[in-house]
Amino acid sequence: MNDRHDHPEPREDDAWLARPSTIRLLWRVFAVVLAVSVAAQLLFKVKGYFGMDGWLGFGAGFGFLACVGMVLFAKVLGKLLKRDEKFYAESEDD
Amino acid sequence: MIDFVPPALILLAGALLIGPARGALRTAVVLLTPLLTLAAVWQVPDGVVLTLDFLQYPIEPIEGSPVRRLFATIFALMAFAGGLYAYRQARWYELAAAYAYAAGAIGVSFSGDLISLFLFWELMALFSTVVVWCGGTPGARAAGVRYAIMHLLGGVILKVGIEGVMIHTGSIEVRPMLADNFDHWMILIGILINAAAPPLSAWLSDAYPESSPTGSVFLSAFTTKTAVLALILLFPGEPVLIGIGLFMVMYGIIYALLENDIRRILAFSIVNQVGFMVCAIGIGTQMAINGAAAHAFAHIIYKALLFMSAGAVVYRTGCNKCSEVGGLFRTMPLTAVCGIVGALAISGFPLTSGFTTKTMISQAAADQSMVWVYFLLAAASAGVFLHAGIKFPWFVFFQRDSGLRPKDAPWNMAAAMVFFSVLCILFGVAPQLIYDYLPYPVEYEAYTAGKVVFYLQLLLFSGLAFFLMLPLMRRTETISLDTDWVWRVALFGLASALQRLLQRSGNAVTAARAWLGQRLDERGRRLFGARTTDGRRVHGVFARAWPIGTTALWIAVLLTAYVFFYYIA
Repeated sequence: MNDRHDHPEPREDDAWLARPSTIRLLWRVFAVVLAVSVAAQLLFKVKGYFGMDGWLGFGAGFGFLACVGMVLFAKVLGKLLKRDEKFYAESEDD
Repeated sequence: MIDFVPPALILLAGALLIGPARGALRTAVVLLTPLLTLAAVWQVPDGVVLTLDFLQYPIEPIEGSPVRRLFATIFALMAFAGGLYAYRQARWYELAAAYAYAAGAIGVSFSGDLISLFLFWELMALFSTVVVWCGGTPGARAAGVRYAIMHLLGGVILKVGIEGVMIHTGSIEVRPMLADNFDHWMILIGILINAAAPPLSAWLSDAYPESSPTGSVFLSAFTTKTAVLALILLFPGEPVLIGIGLFMVMYGIIYALLENDIRRILAFSIVNQVGFMVCAIGIGTQMAINGAAAHAFAHIIYKALLFMSAGAVVYRTGCNKCSEVGGLFRTMPLTAVCGIVGALAISGFPLTSGFTTKTMISQAAADQSMVWVYFLLAAASAGVFLHAGIKFPWFVFFQRDSGLRPKDAPWNMAAAMVFFSVLCILFGVAPQLIYDYLPYPVEYEAYTAGKVVFYLQLLLFSGLAFFLMLPLMRRTETISLDTDWVWRVALFGLASALQRLLQRSGNAVTAARAWLGQRLDERGRRLFGARTTDGRRVHGVFARAWPIGTTALWIAVLLTAYVFFYYIA
């Protein structure tokens, strides 16, 4: 398993989207959008089918935790299941 | 008699003509036959149109209904967009095979009986294998063989079920059934193999990424979605499908998260998306079946779009791995934008087709008070954004600068991508365009403020989770073991071991026979004599001339023994 560490340093003269200043800006915009998406629930009632899915910020919390759970589960499973790319090539050649 | 040409035949004729036609004529065949097919699809009225007799069974190769026309429509549209995407880059035999494959899918869509369904089913298996082989690499050849074996096996299982139904009921009609006896189980398993259901789903992620950049676009559309249609027609409301669907949804996400190959990520996400449809068919209400059909329609478009975007990257860079690419938005902006549209659509972002179709399935689960199903589907929606919605565009077009500066997609590839991008947004903005053609009347409002807010929260915070956990998702140059390990390693090893064992025991038997033969020969020569090479006879023990004294001695011994036994007896 060769982790890649060859990320070149981002530079200010790179494409607009790749500049550190742009990325900082995008993070700020993203934070505002996240906040607005939760705050919007105060204006528009989310109809919960099973009670708790109508709570304030339920979609946000559920989505976030579900993803964290899936990434961690995949990480653990990866320890068991990941093999080198040539795994099958080697076993099928002989 | 019918007064129109069967749609599948038009596409099949197109497939046959692609080879002999040259230049502009070939272009015309590639681009026009899917459109003619589409026109023919819309001429098919409801009900059985054509009946033939075969071995005393009434064959109904064309039966129309809204859901059949819906699937045939998207298959024809897919053939058109795929043809446009591929016709300048793909070899003619790949195009011909892909069109025959699409003709099989359209044939299945209109099959009114199980025999014609099976025939078109096998047509698809045959020509999709050719499309896989058109990848042209040793990997593609090997994967194509595995793919063919799996689909022939699925075909045999399906045929066993069909024969059983024919014998036990006398009817070969395509009609709803439940998995309540052996025959029906065989049919269900045969279809589920094509739907990439567990435990035999590995054929999909094994074969599709090995095909050519253009071939994978065709492959992504037909096999699994005809299986979805077959399930809608044959097994609506079969409860076992709910569990299978949910498993597929989660399997697709987890394996896609582990994957490094660009197109293999998308292949796993096909399993994930088909899982949504299979689960909906298991729920089986009108809302659920509508959701499954609508989602299949939308899915073919955005999944093909994603494969087109990935295919353009593979075509331009020759790289298949996330770890080899990155930062391609600089020189492939159109491919990146189209890929992002497809990624948003598959994630079910509001204003894209995925939102208006996937939420129908969640609604169906909520209507039936299936709490677990509802929440697992919601978690899966978040997971789709994670593995396909962000992971695919992020690792291919952004992450780090790989230094690659390829040209953007060729114009025909770009045109096909733009066409499908527009459709993704069109069906997101105007879902009624799909809703009007669903099997049941639609009483569903996708765009309620509450639903939009809920899904926006779900997806945006999934995005946050992705970027916060990026260090955990660093790409490694690995593959992940799947159930195909069983036959690619375990069974292969077992077979090799068995072969070695047979070889050794064979050798041992040969050696033993040689040894025994030699011993018998020696003994025979000693007892019976033989002729030497120079022609002299050597007498054996029995042919030797014995001296008189020895003979007399032996006679005395015999007589003594006789007398002895005479007295003790």
